[in-house]
Amino acid sequence: MTAALSVSGLVKRFGSVEALGGVSFTAGEGEFFTIVGPTNAGKSTLLKTIAGLHAPDAGKVAIDGRDITDLEPRRRGVSLLFQNAALFPNLTGFENIAFPLRAAGTGTAEIERRVGEVAGKLGVGHLLGRHPRTYSGGEQQRVAIGRALARRVPVVMLDEPLTNLDARTRIALRIEFKALHRELGQTILYVTHDQVEAMSLSDRILVLSGGRVEQIGTADEVYRRPATRFVAEFIGSPPMNILEVELEDTAEGQVVRAPGLTLRVPGPLPPGGKRGRIGLGVRPEEVAVAPEPGDATPIAGEVFWVEHLGDRSILDSRLGGQTVKVAVPPRHPVSGVGRAFFGLAPRPEHLLDLSSGRFFR
Amino acid sequence: MLELDSITKRFGEAAPALDALSLRLARGEFLSLLGPSGCGKSTTLAIIAGFLDPDAGRIRVDGRDVGELPPRRRGLGLVFQDYALFTSLSVRANLAFGLEAQGVPRAERRRRLEELARRLDLGGLLGRSARSLNMSEMQRVAVGRALITRPALLLLDEPMSNLDAHLRQRLRTELKQIQAELGQTVLYVTHDQAEAMSMSDRIAVMRGGRLQQVGTPEEIYHRPVNRFVAEFIGDPPINLVPCTVRPGTGGAAVSSPLSPASSFQPGLSPMQGEHLLALRAHDIRAVRAPGGAAGVPAKVRFVENLGAQHVLHVELAGSLVRVVTTPGLAAEGDTLHLTADLAQAHLIEAATGEVVRASGRRELAA
Repeated sequence: MTAALSVSGLVKRFGSVEALGGVSFTAGEGEFFTIVGPTNAGKSTLLKTIAGLHAPDAGKVAIDGRDITDLEPRRRGVSLLFQNAALFPNLTGFENIAFPLRAAGTGTAEIERRVGEVAGKLGVGHLLGRHPRTYSGGEQQRVAIGRALARRVPVVMLDEPLTNLDARTRIALRIEFKALHRELGQTILYVTHDQVEAMSLSDRILVLSGGRVEQIGTADEVYRRPATRFVAEFIGSPPMNILEVELEDTAEGQVVRAPGLTLRVPGPLPPGGKRGRIGLGVRPEEVAVAPEPGDATPIAGEVFWVEHLGDRSILDSRLGGQTVKVAVPPRHPVSGVGRAFFGLAPRPEHLLDLSSGRFFR
Repeated sequence: MLELDSITKRFGEAAPALDALSLRLARGEFLSLLGPSGCGKSTTLAIIAGFLDPDAGRIRVDGRDVGELPPRRRGLGLVFQDYALFTSLSVRANLAFGLEAQGVPRAERRRRLEELARRLDLGGLLGRSARSLNMSEMQRVAVGRALITRPALLLLDEPMSNLDAHLRQRLRTELKQIQAELGQTVLYVTHDQAEAMSMSDRIAVMRGGRLQQVGTPEEIYHRPVNRFVAEFIGDPPINLVPCTVRPGTGGAAVSSPLSPASSFQPGLSPMQGEHLLALRAHDIRAVRAPGGAAGVPAKVRFVENLGAQHVLHVELAGSLVRVVTTPGLAAEGDTLHLTADLAQAHLIEAATGEVVRASGRRELAA
């Protein structure tokens, strides 16, 4: 895949605050690339710097191999949809979507064709003759997205386009976005704080925290092989449990121990690596729980809080002095508070260096 | 505890924003008003709080009609979006604000403040400026500020709707734990079904100024009364598959693209017209190769990878059906074979949107 967008060593400071601390990534042509992170991670700053609305203090931005770091925004070949994209209230839906095309000097016939195509794919054909004040929130957002997509630019950047919508509309638009991207094939740079959106939409995800890249990978990679504690706790709902355990070398190989628990670590760990107190990462759906002790559930503990979510329940549990969230399907034999028996994933896969916050396995 | 009797409110000539809304909250109950924008949930809250007057109907708190009382004499605590703390003031001053406004004497103020700070684990924060708090601390201070006047009822108006998804999830557990521990009666307004599901004892689903259904999260999720409730609750949204219903003796035969061989449903009374099968995404089984019972072949159009599970959008009779599977079962473009247990499906009359036959889930028989 050729790199449509390449960002290297981007630094942006506002006064003494470093908003971006050297961000590098490449998004391939036609890729749906998502930047996810909490508030103040630097996501919007990153987009605006790529769009040319902020000048970086260091680093480069290139599109299709061409350095655009010093180009003015409208000559960069990117379009940016802001979170609160306001439509022009005095223009019809058609003219709103056509606006960037007219500004770029596109011919009338071509405008008709492009607006029709985008509107058809977004399901807003019936809104083209009407004014934005007659639209619902979801309809406004669809038209705004249409405006961002109408121009054939190499990279479309979307800054939290679904954030201000009803939860229900957000879920519906999520899959429409995916369908649209498949059809139009544009490179999309998408920003969100919602890890579910990031996971479900993206070809690849960049997890950003404090202006720094925590990890770049596919949904599977960031979920199954988180690089850092931050990623492990940000991706997945509820987040990955991190238990404090002791990693020891024994005659039979390495084991992790916690009160009431000994697990063998499969395969050799790097010699001379981290030993002693470490974190053991376990996803909530990997914890087994049963009302009675068993081979798979030998550890006695207690469920002290239950959240029923319809399709599953989350059991907040205590075992060996540590708090662990466990996800169980509906109609599970353990569904209320009280004594229960637990089993952790038999193969400890996620081993965390507690001081650096990085997984060494 | 709180009783709303036939509350009606109109803004101008349009359809009423609230149409004869009646609702009761028991003491200590956490009830959520849930619905999309414009459903009337915020109007309901504003009327209870006394910021708006209803055109008709009565509001009682602990048996006392509060309809004529000004907001601050209704015995209510309020928490707003993003908590709206006084950021220039200390936590202590934020907490004491309501008591000072009520003219509670200094010694009593101090006693109540200290008790509340202890119960909400705010002791170490009292001297801090509200600006310096993290969101979890802000929530506790906002709830504390609302609770310090010992309101009979705590009203929360989408307090988390502008927060990060991640934070929201943590804060809802914390809020529910505080509420449960104090036994505080809560009315919570939200458009987010996951919030309502996770915190509420009961949920009141609203649409167009009318109550659609009031029930426990389990009832609302497993036994929706109509299409609106079925579609509003659950992520991924419930599947609606067109089906045909043919009356027979002592029941009716149902067939759909998901279950082409018609399945006889005893006890189903004959009905005319078009119907929809409503089936949750995890109640459809997908396998790579047809097993003993041949499934319906369907092509995977999109895969949503949610980590612990994948949501497959598969093409069936020209529309997309959502199926939840374990990770790695299928990629886009693959063909899968679907089977569905019709006993888990609700039957919805297309014309009215009413559920005419709920699923056969035993555990909710009561």
